[in-house]
Amino acid sequence: MRSLRVFSYGMIIFMYLPMLILVIFSFNQSRINAAWTGFTFDWYISLINNRYVLEALGNSLIVAVSTTIIATIFGTMAAYAFYKYRFRLRFLWKALIYLPMLIPELLMGLSLLILFSQLQIPLGKLTLILAHVTFSIPFVFLIVMTRLEDMGRELEEAAQDLGASPAQTFFKVTLPVISPSIIASMLLVFTLSLDDFIISFFVAGPNSTTLPIYIYGMIKRGITPEVNALATLLILTTIILVVTAEFIRRRGNKNARSIY
Amino acid sequence: MRIRGKLLALPGLLWLALFFALPLIFMLIISFYQRGVYGQLIAEFTMENYIRFFEPLYLRILFDTLVVSVATTLGTLLLAYPLAYYITRLPRAQQMIWLILIMIPFWINFLIRSYAWVIILRSQGVVNTTLINLGIIDVPLALLYNWGSVMLGMIYTLLPFMVLPLYVSLEKLDVRKLEAAHDLGAKPWQAFWHITLPLTKPGILIGSVLVFVSSLGMFVVPDIMGGAKSMLLGNVIQNQFLSARDWPFGAAISIIMMIMSALLIALYYKAMKWEERLEGTK
Repeated sequence: MRSLRVFSYGMIIFMYLPMLILVIFSFNQSRINAAWTGFTFDWYISLINNRYVLEALGNSLIVAVSTTIIATIFGTMAAYAFYKYRFRLRFLWKALIYLPMLIPELLMGLSLLILFSQLQIPLGKLTLILAHVTFSIPFVFLIVMTRLEDMGRELEEAAQDLGASPAQTFFKVTLPVISPSIIASMLLVFTLSLDDFIISFFVAGPNSTTLPIYIYGMIKRGITPEVNALATLLILTTIILVVTAEFIRRRGNKNARSIY
Repeated sequence: MRIRGKLLALPGLLWLALFFALPLIFMLIISFYQRGVYGQLIAEFTMENYIRFFEPLYLRILFDTLVVSVATTLGTLLLAYPLAYYITRLPRAQQMIWLILIMIPFWINFLIRSYAWVIILRSQGVVNTTLINLGIIDVPLALLYNWGSVMLGMIYTLLPFMVLPLYVSLEKLDVRKLEAAHDLGAKPWQAFWHITLPLTKPGILIGSVLVFVSSLGMFVVPDIMGGAKSMLLGNVIQNQFLSARDWPFGAAISIIMMIMSALLIALYYKAMKWEERLEGTK
């Protein structure tokens, strides 16, 4: 058990040390990420003054917000329908929902590129949103569905017995119970969209660069410490969003259990 | 109401049909097209794109990709199993903290995670500079842009895919069975080999499929950490689409990769069913 503990702590160091080094060097004065020459905020300041970064940030936010709204609504609707009703060919529909999570992202990005070029839809923010919603719906479905199944059917049946209409049952009983998982899935979808590189890379077009695509360009062109600053900010945002989502989801589940 | 209620699923399903299923069908069709002189698509049926894949050059890359994928899967399995096992032995509250710690890198952009290794390993990177300053070496070591750095990057970025399913499987393990084995005189390694390992096979299988399928389609890690020589199937596909402008050939390789992924995903479903059954017998 002791060697197991040492090994496990070692693994956590292995997972976090590279990112920690990146964060530390984002405050380093030297242009070369090798030796510490002094503390500075310069790279963050030049980042804020970089027109291209701001533009990419704007694109990323527009796409992420639109994706979150559309994917959350459609994913939740689908999860509720699957929870409530039996479907013929259920297996086929479930495959349609789960396969996007399993298939290599490269194939999804390229097949969308082919679709858009064949339908002559110009690449840009619209195609980015179409693509991002596609890979996000399954996540919303999975998270909300799990919550609905945990909830069971007794609550809804009780509401209906007391004379609530289906709409009343949904908005007064079901929605409050599943809302933590809906909020959690919104945060996760926002993160997924903000962070996606592979699929965005193929469907973005030249005039709607997102932050990850911009970072890729920076890495390819040659390394400036500005990348470190941008990466640090993205790491920080991701951690905050994911931890918040996880916290809301867990708290929601605990409350729901105490209803019974 | 029954019919109307079911329609709630329609927008989501229609979206996935239009932007997930339909594009894959387009890709299949294009893989039988011909390429025009300027890279345009010519809608005349040909098998040429698939036949071309069997040239030694591409078979070699397929072989490299499979080797790298198998090695990545084994590497993550060996690192993740003890870690997942350790987490399940912790008190509940601590388990949650560890799980979140493992989940966070899963969400952090793997472009950034690969790049973090670049600043550590490149010739003017952290390791080389430190070693030179300490006077241990005179000339920087070539730590980056080789198969070793590609493997390191792949294992590093895909590790969470392996830890989480293993944790789920190990967490369900009935400790009483291990105690029974101990009472019957089994040594720890015997109990591990005959009880723990067989009962966590579904988790091993699920994690392996997730890692293997992801490594098959990987092109970013070889691109950033591998240099020009370390090419995988994903890089070839990307090149065909973006540089060579041979979409039909790129589509054909994509379809071949998709068939390999589909076979593995079938295995994944089998493992999921298996895990549900094991839960039922508990």
